[in-house]
Amino acid sequence: MTKEHPILETRDLTIRFGGHVAVDHVSCSFDRGTLTAIVGPNGAGKTTYFNLISGQLSATSGSVWLNGEAITRLSVPERTDRGIGRAFQLTNLFPTLSVRENVRLVAQAKARKGFDLFSIAESHVELLERADHVLSEVRLIDQAEQLVSALPHGDQRKLEVALLIALGPQVLMFDEPTAGMSVDEVPVILELIQKLKADMDRTILLVEHKMDVIRTLADRIIVLHNGALVADGEPAEVIALPIVQEAYLGKAPAEPAEVA
Amino acid sequence: MLTKLLSGDTPRSSLLTVILLIVLVCLAFAPFLFPGTKSLETAARICIFIVLVASYDLLLGYAGIVSFAHTMFFGIGAYGTALALSATGPSYVSLAWGTLAGAVLAAVFALAIGLFSLRVKAIFFAMVTLAVASAFAVLVSQMSWLTGGEDGLNYKIPRELTPAFKLVEEKVLDVRINGKLLAYYLVFFASAFLFLVMLRIVNSPFGRTLKAVRDNAFRAEAIGYRVVWYRTTATVLSAVMAALAGSLLAVWLRYTGPATTLSMEIMIDILLMVVIGGMGTLYGAVLGATLFILAQTYLQNLMGIASEATSAVPFLSTLVAPERWLLWLGVLFVLSVYFFPSGIVGRLRAGRA
Repeated sequence: MTKEHPILETRDLTIRFGGHVAVDHVSCSFDRGTLTAIVGPNGAGKTTYFNLISGQLSATSGSVWLNGEAITRLSVPERTDRGIGRAFQLTNLFPTLSVRENVRLVAQAKARKGFDLFSIAESHVELLERADHVLSEVRLIDQAEQLVSALPHGDQRKLEVALLIALGPQVLMFDEPTAGMSVDEVPVILELIQKLKADMDRTILLVEHKMDVIRTLADRIIVLHNGALVADGEPAEVIALPIVQEAYLGKAPAEPAEVA
Repeated sequence: MLTKLLSGDTPRSSLLTVILLIVLVCLAFAPFLFPGTKSLETAARICIFIVLVASYDLLLGYAGIVSFAHTMFFGIGAYGTALALSATGPSYVSLAWGTLAGAVLAAVFALAIGLFSLRVKAIFFAMVTLAVASAFAVLVSQMSWLTGGEDGLNYKIPRELTPAFKLVEEKVLDVRINGKLLAYYLVFFASAFLFLVMLRIVNSPFGRTLKAVRDNAFRAEAIGYRVVWYRTTATVLSAVMAALAGSLLAVWLRYTGPATTLSMEIMIDILLMVVIGGMGTLYGAVLGATLFILAQTYLQNLMGIASEATSAVPFLSTLVAPERWLLWLGVLFVLSVYFFPSGIVGRLRAGRA
């Protein structure tokens, strides 16, 4: 059954905010084990498209399908249970808790132990071990005891990715995972994403502005422009398209894309 | 063993540990250390308020939910026990079913309010609780055929818990071993037990999830937690604990009325005790309740003494006149919030590092 369906599909997915159509009839399917980069100028609807897939926004029309099941009407946690995971563009963590506790909470959610009222949280050693394992992967283990609010921005970005890895969903959505990271931290994240991609079960959607990152990682690029899907294909051919050149290589007089 | 009893949540500050031990010893041996009716009343009140304040902190400090209906749940527990004792006589059976009925009713109310209003913005929940609590208070004062109205209810409790019952004829350590003493220890041990249960809850996976929901509900949803269920469960647990504290008060006072359980004044006192002690830590409830009730009870006396001592100094003696005790309580509160924005416990724990 799973063979017949792409793991994730959106059909005519649309959302309107008043008169503004932020995502406009986007139909697109994603195959298991692929990494698709989603590009487009600022305001093209990339993050909104993500929000529609993971459920933070509800579609005006159209539908989202996961493994052949319509999930358009499901809530965020229901979609998370079914295997959609998301890392956010703006760092979105639990600031007053420690780094380890942030990841432990994800492991706890995955183990469905959130409603356990009468055991001591720290006694679930497997959750702590899982947290520490993920923290070593993103090289944050030395900061495990620190409060997230005290963490430098780059480390918060790493933790953002760590939460998604700890969740280990079928579909991973990264929204500019390397934004605001220093040059030497970027490779750590890229390496992690590559590792996740190598695991054939994982399907990755990546919003990214850095062209070199996209070239290294993506199997496929889709381009959103004013909410509509305007291009879809192999990285080399999509990058050559005028609209992408305009948005990313600064040929247009419009604001240049991130140079960093 | 001890760590397990405290659910792994040790005070984490030697000064805090010492203070908590002093409070524990004083409460545990209150009848012997501080003989006299007034001091025993104060000690029992502290025990009950520790439970009440801790249950409010479960909601405010851990789940980040602002509620003004906490005294309503406290009152439901108290009236449940009071009505049962009035209706079916001063037996332990009445005591048990009244307490149970109060707790169940509190849970049902909390569930209804939670499901109805926790889906939306926090401020809406706060307003709904305020409205429901006010309506409930009016209802209780109007239904005087049932609740005794503003006068409240006087009733009998099982004889073994009254001063008339003598366990031992002679005095032990100059203290009468009577039913009042038994009632005090009932209050003390029940409070200690409820406190430990709450300490376990806040350190359980559920309690940790509440903190996550408080910190960032949006992200908590995105990692798979159904935020509304967690908030609603926290509201229900907190309401049940408040109701049980109310039942203890009903047994202790042998009187239940709007002024002792439902008034907005008590609601504000609870809020102050949580903030003074430190939000998001149950030990804060212990310190907040103890200090606040001691100040409430003895500040007037203390000021009376101070006023007499300074009677020669014209301005100062008026300033510390006993009838101005509320002013000084206010000043103490402002100072404590100014100097300990994270509460006394927060300050003590930070000082350790």
